[in-house]
Amino acid sequence: MRIPIAVAFAAATIAGLDGCAPAQATSSTQPRPAAPTTRARADTNRPAPGAGGVSVPNADPFPSTYVAPPSRATLIRDVTIMTAAGPTIRNGSVLLRDGKIAAVGTTVSAPADADVIDGRGKFLTPGVIDDHSHLGVYAAPGGDALSDGNELTNPVTANVWAEHSVWPQDPQFPRALASGVTTVQILPGSGNLIGGRSVVLKVVPSASVQGMKFPGAKYGLKMACGENPKRVYAQRGPSTRMGNVAGYRAAWIQAEAYRRRWDKWNADHEGDAPQRDLGLETLAEVLRGNILVHNHCYRADEMVQMIDIAKEFGYKIRSFHHGVEAYKVADRLGKEGISASLWSDWGGFKMEAMDGVRANLAMVSAAGARAIVHSDDPSGMQRLNHDAAKAMAAGEQIGIHTTEDEAIKWFTINPAWALGLDDKIGSIEVGKNADVVLWSGSPFSVYSRVDRVWIDGAAAYDRANPASWWRTDFELGNVPVPNGGAR
Amino acid sequence: MMRERLARVTIALGFIVATSTAGYAQTVAITGGKVYPVSGPVIENGTVLVRDGKIVAVGANVTVPNDATRIDATGKWVTPGLINALTSLGVAEINAVQTTVDRSARGDSGIAASFPVWEGINPASTLFAPARNDGVTSVVVVPTGGLIAGQAAVIDLVPGTLSDMLNKAPVAMVAQFGDARDGGSNARGEQYARLKEILEDTRTYARRRSDFDRAQTRPFAARRADLEALIPVVEGRLPLMVNVDQASDIDAIMRLANEQNVKLIVVGGAESWKVAARLAAAGIPVVVGSLNNIPQSFSTLGARQDAAALLQRAGAKVVLIGNGSGEEGFNVRNLKYDAGVAVAYGLPWEAALRAVTLTPAEMLGVANRIGSLQPGRDANVVVWSGDPFEFTTRAEHVLIRGREVVSPSRQDELMQRYKSYPPAYRKPGN
Repeated sequence: MRIPIAVAFAAATIAGLDGCAPAQATSSTQPRPAAPTTRARADTNRPAPGAGGVSVPNADPFPSTYVAPPSRATLIRDVTIMTAAGPTIRNGSVLLRDGKIAAVGTTVSAPADADVIDGRGKFLTPGVIDDHSHLGVYAAPGGDALSDGNELTNPVTANVWAEHSVWPQDPQFPRALASGVTTVQILPGSGNLIGGRSVVLKVVPSASVQGMKFPGAKYGLKMACGENPKRVYAQRGPSTRMGNVAGYRAAWIQAEAYRRRWDKWNADHEGDAPQRDLGLETLAEVLRGNILVHNHCYRADEMVQMIDIAKEFGYKIRSFHHGVEAYKVADRLGKEGISASLWSDWGGFKMEAMDGVRANLAMVSAAGARAIVHSDDPSGMQRLNHDAAKAMAAGEQIGIHTTEDEAIKWFTINPAWALGLDDKIGSIEVGKNADVVLWSGSPFSVYSRVDRVWIDGAAAYDRANPASWWRTDFELGNVPVPNGGAR
Repeated sequence: MMRERLARVTIALGFIVATSTAGYAQTVAITGGKVYPVSGPVIENGTVLVRDGKIVAVGANVTVPNDATRIDATGKWVTPGLINALTSLGVAEINAVQTTVDRSARGDSGIAASFPVWEGINPASTLFAPARNDGVTSVVVVPTGGLIAGQAAVIDLVPGTLSDMLNKAPVAMVAQFGDARDGGSNARGEQYARLKEILEDTRTYARRRSDFDRAQTRPFAARRADLEALIPVVEGRLPLMVNVDQASDIDAIMRLANEQNVKLIVVGGAESWKVAARLAAAGIPVVVGSLNNIPQSFSTLGARQDAAALLQRAGAKVVLIGNGSGEEGFNVRNLKYDAGVAVAYGLPWEAALRAVTLTPAEMLGVANRIGSLQPGRDANVVVWSGDPFEFTTRAEHVLIRGREVVSPSRQDELMQRYKSYPPAYRKPGN
């Protein structure tokens, strides 16, 4: 919910829904999502995708075509490194080679042909990760034509996939990159109880969404509590919170039956394959643990309801999103291993957001749950570090101290975990993907800017070189050049 | 504590001006701070002396009377209270709960010039405390919607009644131009023609009021009450504050204002940097945010984050507001961070401070009361633990009209309740 100034005030209501919106797409025929690995073996007996292949699921019908661009070895030296994996390293160096972080420390030797970057006075962090974005599905410049985030035709649209709505030419992508964001989860909106599949993207130029998809990333499932679904479906139902809960449970009951039918058939191949159902395929994958649940939920009491529903049907919730009341049940979130994706100080724009407090992240973190700064917004996305800083300061005022080494995790390794990618991204450690951001100063200062960004070791953004900046097709002729020193 | 009393005086032409802060008989000396008066250069180790709600002295060599209450500001920064020039504080509690939202009038085909938005202000709003606790001491409450949205007011964030809070009303007539597809027009040219017709009819109406009352005029383009409200606008006494983004729309509204002799303020101004030199030459203040660089509509394709810096460099008067998402409601307080971001994007630090204090006060005709630390001004003063724009800085003392106003907000109470587990209210004995 970007809020045009002219109507600065009207928009927050929209934020409630627009912000958390879904996507639709009918993958006409191709296959379907992942079965557990053991079952994937059984697939080898099936007809190859193509004629006759569509009657059985395909684990990856829209495969990533992303290939890391060529890069030269890069040494960033004499820099303050916030690793998100341990204490800050002063006057350290990081070597990026072959797309990976090859070395980190105070003494790092680089190959003779390495590009050497002087990091004096600067800070290096992992690439920023936003686990709640609608870039591409609510693309700029907006309007009905680009409003593809909420498939508001049924309260349960587990059958839709956000990636089928993503417009790779959304000019918001390059702005995210220029603020250090290297990985995003694009979610359907929150108008539905179950809004559909999310997709994890690298913030890179491509003519297709497949060219942006993070190779190997799991899918997410968007679910939504509270006011949005019951408002959207007030006429046909659900029109109440109890109606919402009945709706989730009905969907999981169907999903469980569907999972059993398919698991049995996958095991014995007796008779015809069961009829495919795109929505139930997705839900069954959640039950098998192959898709991660991202649950829009503001109020503490509703989070606890959702935890019980997850237990009833045997799935896990990976993260509660927006969670303005997460601080009220932070201990519980910690025990359940559920992360909380939060703003520092958005709130108050609707009843269920009334109890937002600025120290939420700090309180959740202190209580032992994984705290994540998320945006749900193309402007806020550019300053997740600011949100973290605000939450730290607010925590400090009530006696909850958060170290910078902890707070840096809120927008790096913790969202990486929420996406199931913490083995690949989110920290500056040897072997991880070389997604790093060089800041002009501490990322916790309002005055710092992003100077450089690397994705998979390749230079992706350089503030000092406007001619190199990524401009989407849309921007050609529409958005003035250069966008100044101000991406 | 003596309660301050405000004389609320209605002067001719419908302006309401709170004229006095008499009654708060106390002397406060803020000593040893790095003082930014804004109206003059920074004073290291300066003193701000406050008596009876007013500033009586500012400087490095101020004698502190024995009876003064001292606030030691050694190592601290002292500035005027911040002014947020675009809010709906007090007229929009929870945006999604319609009965708490009173910022948009129904009007007549998009015209609501007579709408006095401040009459709907609820002084009990929970949103005032977070703003003032973070150093915002005055805000402009702005109506929204339609072609002419209504009249804006400046209020000071003092506890009390609306009369206590009102600083001046109206301070501007608010309109929108460009993207707006309001009740009465459907195209930019039509908006232009309507505004022009209404302004011209206002002049005619003002000349021929008695004929109008005897039904001896042709029909006018707006209702009587709206024409009445627009008289100070066409007489150049009340600025027309226009939400407008696209450069060509700014150009159009500048032509109209020039032709009609109307004092203009540009608000939003996503592409105002493109016409910065002309805005500067015309002395038109521009109210911009520092957070948005997104071409979020076809009217804001040229949005850029350094707009404030570019305008300032061209010599235009710049007022900074929050234009990030969610910056209304309880994030009116984030104005200081918006200023910080503007600095990161090239606006000189002192220009940024001016853009959230004295410039908005001047723009709205209240600089004789607020916006700077000078003798005779209201004692709206903030003592900051450091640089006010940094995240780690706190507003340690916030004075409005000489009185400390920091008090726990609803959010503060929630945080206190839940900061340890189990929350305080669940512990035995609570």
